[in-house]
Amino acid sequence: MSANRYLSRRNVLSGLCACGFAGLTRAAASAAAAPAAAAVQTFATDEVAAGIHIRRGVDEDATAANEGAIANIGFIVGRDAVAVMDPGGSLVDGQRLRATIRKATSLPIRYVVMSHVHPDHIFGAGAFTEDKPQFVGHARLPNALAQRGEYYRMHLDQILGTGRSGPVINPTQLVKDQSRIDLGGRILEITAHGNAHTDCDLSVLDPQTGTLLLSDLLFVQRVPSLDGSLKGWLTELARLKNVNARRAVPGHGPTGVDWPAASRDLERYLGTLQRETQQAIAKGIDIGQAAKTVALSERNKWTLFDDYNGHNVTRAYKELEWD
Amino acid sequence: MGLKKPMAVTLIGWALLGGLQPALADEEDNQDRAARWKQLQESLFPHRQVLDAGGIITVDAPPRALDAALVPVELHIAANKPVKSVYLVIDDNPAPMAAHFVFGPKADPRDLKLRVRVNAYTNIHAIAETQDGQLHAATKFVKAAGGCSAPAGPDDNAALADIGRMKLRLLGDFNAGKPMQAQLMIRHPNFNGMQMNQITRYFTPARFIRTIDATYDGGQVFHLDADISLSTDPVITFGFVPHAKGQMKVVAQDSSNATFDHSFDVPGTPAG
Repeated sequence: MSANRYLSRRNVLSGLCACGFAGLTRAAASAAAAPAAAAVQTFATDEVAAGIHIRRGVDEDATAANEGAIANIGFIVGRDAVAVMDPGGSLVDGQRLRATIRKATSLPIRYVVMSHVHPDHIFGAGAFTEDKPQFVGHARLPNALAQRGEYYRMHLDQILGTGRSGPVINPTQLVKDQSRIDLGGRILEITAHGNAHTDCDLSVLDPQTGTLLLSDLLFVQRVPSLDGSLKGWLTELARLKNVNARRAVPGHGPTGVDWPAASRDLERYLGTLQRETQQAIAKGIDIGQAAKTVALSERNKWTLFDDYNGHNVTRAYKELEWD
Repeated sequence: MGLKKPMAVTLIGWALLGGLQPALADEEDNQDRAARWKQLQESLFPHRQVLDAGGIITVDAPPRALDAALVPVELHIAANKPVKSVYLVIDDNPAPMAAHFVFGPKADPRDLKLRVRVNAYTNIHAIAETQDGQLHAATKFVKAAGGCSAPAGPDDNAALADIGRMKLRLLGDFNAGKPMQAQLMIRHPNFNGMQMNQITRYFTPARFIRTIDATYDGGQVFHLDADISLSTDPVITFGFVPHAKGQMKVVAQDSSNATFDHSFDVPGTPAG
């Protein structure tokens, strides 16, 4: 199952053994700070557009050292309220996001958008329960969480330490097609997408600044991971390119990129994956061999390529062989 | 089943790269594995001697699986000694006997491929049974974990919607009278009863393909007895000897006693 792509062994090991002093110091510091519960650390964010603050995740898989802070997460400030998207990759990641928001504004946090089921984006949700926000998710998110939530939590705990992953939070407000949330003078448009990166992807458009928050519907620099439908993703991407936005926030990579120009690399990767997988199937090259040979022209263009590409090919092959 | 490690403890499926199990001591594991295989031989092949592969059979699989729920396994049988059946045993899976192929007169048993779930770092054994009743075993160690209990696709209902659909693809050139490979694909979730819905706390009930019979113009190609270890949407690549024109009939039966059958004209389903 592609379920756990962000929690791979290679990085568990590197997190435990090879990350050096920076990681150890940081982990030790947070462990010491935790019992006091007073001074939760904040982190730096980029203001990619007026009132939209994004923290860049590191291009790694989740480790004890990075504490799951590997996705781009952040918040949007309106006149009356704040919306979070996404809440983060672990409870502590969410707590730090909350502390960062509190440093910036005292407005209430009314919405926590959970862009999809993957743990690196949503396990920080538990940090926001005290704000009693609406947890906004795709109509298929509850089902995906039912299948995988506890499984993710158990395995993230193995990496971060028992109890450190955070609780599985279910969405309280479901989006089936489109929905709007009003932050006061700022209305965000939320779209529930068809099967793409996963089967439960949400995007958020802030028409006011022309900013499209895409989470993992857009990967930049870090190799994409396919856990939904390859053809579906290409379809959704084509649609998204026509959205009236000049800037996008990817789920991984730089915090703000030009839109739709920044879709080019992802589109090329997915297109290559599709074309070469179809060719392999047509030639009777089996799935194991295809995983070693498809899309290798992309190898130098992405970080973590070797960790994900073979799995993406397997996924694509399973989808396309039934055409 | 005499499971060595309880499912809940084996760290399964730590998706793609195989999880946290490597922390276990390899040495100790090697001894455990040898003991495990001995025990399996006694229970699966009582009073029979299992010989070395002796060049009769080889088994191949990726040393580190990309996806523990879909590990491609290839079996190759040398043509020098007639083989009547092949067993595939995944030692540390909850139901180790993954598949038993019995070849019929229309088969070319030399190359066989299938996709399996692997639950923990394990040896995979392929055992050829020759016409004279000897058993010859080949081994491959596979690092994969979690393939059995890892969550299946996101939607159980969607997985059942298309159940029983089949495809047959001919691989390579078609020449009447010459052995060729065909790939059989069957849509089936192959629920193994180990996936839990975290909200209802119920396990999705097991429902998996138990038998597949492939016949070509009335002559048996193979009969397969399978268990919970075949991957979702089973895909089996096998050899047979076609005539100028014929029909491949496939009948599959699952653990809920549903029967799926389909006839394919051969040739007539070109690859792709």
